[in-house]
Amino acid sequence: MLKVNDLNVHYGVIHALKGVSLEVNEGEIVTLIGSNGAGKSTLLRSISNLLTSSSGSIIYLDRSTKDVPSQSLPALGLVQVPEGRKIFSGLSVKENLLMGAYLRKDKEGIKTDLEKVYARFPILKKRMHQDASTLSGGEQQMLAMSRALMARPKLLLLDEPSMGLAPLLVKEIFKLIKEIHEQGTTILLVEQNANQALKIADKAYVLETGKIVLSGSGAELLASEDVQRIYLGGH
Amino acid sequence: MLFKGVRHDTIFTTIINGLPIGSVYALVALGYTMVYGIIKLINFAHGEIFMVGAYSAMIFITMFNLPLWLAMMLSMLTTAILGMVIEKVAYKPLRKSSRTAALITAIGVSFLLQNVMLLIMGARIYTFPQVFSNTTWVVNGLRVNALQLGMFLTSIALMLGLQFVVHQTKLGRAMRAVAVDKDAAALMGVDVNHTISMTFALGSALAAAAGVMVGMYYISMTPYMGFAPGLKAFVAAVFGGIGLLPGAMFGGFAIGIIETLVAGYGSTLFKDAVVYAILILVLLIKPSGLFGKGGKEKV
Ligand SMILES: Nc1ncnc2c1ncn2[C@@H]1O[C@H](COP(=O)(O)OP(=O)(O)O)[C@@H](O)[C@H]1O
Ligand SMILES: [Mg+2]
Repeated sequence: MLKVNDLNVHYGVIHALKGVSLEVNEGEIVTLIGSNGAGKSTLLRSISNLLTSSSGSIIYLDRSTKDVPSQSLPALGLVQVPEGRKIFSGLSVKENLLMGAYLRKDKEGIKTDLEKVYARFPILKKRMHQDASTLSGGEQQMLAMSRALMARPKLLLLDEPSMGLAPLLVKEIFKLIKEIHEQGTTILLVEQNANQALKIADKAYVLETGKIVLSGSGAELLASEDVQRIYLGGH
Repeated sequence: MLFKGVRHDTIFTTIINGLPIGSVYALVALGYTMVYGIIKLINFAHGEIFMVGAYSAMIFITMFNLPLWLAMMLSMLTTAILGMVIEKVAYKPLRKSSRTAALITAIGVSFLLQNVMLLIMGARIYTFPQVFSNTTWVVNGLRVNALQLGMFLTSIALMLGLQFVVHQTKLGRAMRAVAVDKDAAALMGVDVNHTISMTFALGSALAAAAGVMVGMYYISMTPYMGFAPGLKAFVAAVFGGIGLLPGAMFGGFAIGIIETLVAGYGSTLFKDAVVYAILILVLLIKPSGLFGKGGKEKV
């Protein structure tokens, strides 16, 4: 479904991605783990065309996305929940959700999806007319993910959805990710919370200073000594 | 003492008299604040857009014999297009450059528009055709002038229209989203460039309407007529809190009323100075403006 081939990305002189290749097949949850500054967000931002790569290719649904502007990708089902949630402050909760459906024309469908979100998260319904920036961190993450679902994604890119959340909320977020996946959305999940992420992953990659250094099934990486030592706090 | 011996009903009348010009400043201030809100640029050419609006309406009326309302709408359309062109040609290439570079460009565009108008129309002073009734009614001792009432009502209608666009339409939602975070808006499917362009179009159309009304109000027109109202509207936007729509509207009315009070009880020479003194005070005391929350970042 998504194929990244030998991707190189620079920020000026900083070589942030050094020949990254990765593949996500339809129906999978693929996890990308790596410490701070490894280049995880850079990869997701490149996939969404917010950054231009210096070389390499990104193939989504059998076509190169090179000349597809960021704002056209949601219409192809490629949707990202960016790092730090990026809720639109000053817009109400409902308006934020509607932003997710920005490219959709089916009014009825949007309405149904809105109701689905409200059914799943009654708190969002209760706060629908409230400025979204007044929500708590956990609520904002729920909102950010719901907003992305309003686009009816085929492939959902999640950039550290559990960042900065209390353990109980982290559990909730992972439960939600599994639910979204079960309903037929393919997921590329970027996480620093390696343990939880690897547990739900079909396939996983480890990114270190711009390079993929390890890949395998979620279970394989969970058992790997290197991963244990570096990302899971060792034994 | 400025207000010594002034009866309250005359103060009231003066305040009422400040409303029409205040509403016009509010329209211009809205354009400043919308553009600042979305690309953090103080568009110093905005006063010249206002001037082009006044001139084009005059041309539509005198040369094409169009009725006022149609001339006003066409001049709004003209400046909307002009605003979009200026954004695309002059500001867009600088979007990633320093704010100072963009600011200097804006000042350059402002001079350019003045000089182009000078070239086309010459240095002579034009008079705006008197197509609006100049009747004055006296209601309960309050003098109400038809033109002033027309200006006030037109401005209010346009502001309500803008409120509707910004808060009730998809374009307005996109504008607010882009103002918060361009990348995040793009991830939702928003065409950021188009949205910025539309913001310029809306702001410029409001400036044209204001220009037409000021043209009718002060009658004489020169290519420099946009400078003072532009600067005052800028002060109004800063006063209310630049980037905030309600702030711009409040600031516009406030400046209009203050100016009219000073002109009425102090001196006309004084009235501009007071407006600039307000700017300096606001920048010193609360740069984020009356309605602003933040600290000193904004201007
Ligand atoms: N806008 C930027 N300009 C310059 N360097 C950047 C920028 N964004 C990220 N970087 C650098 O690129 C590297 C990868 O960053 P990032 O992709 O954000 O990492 P991660 O998401 O894995 O924490 C880091 O060294 C970071 O400092
Ligand atoms: Mg990151």
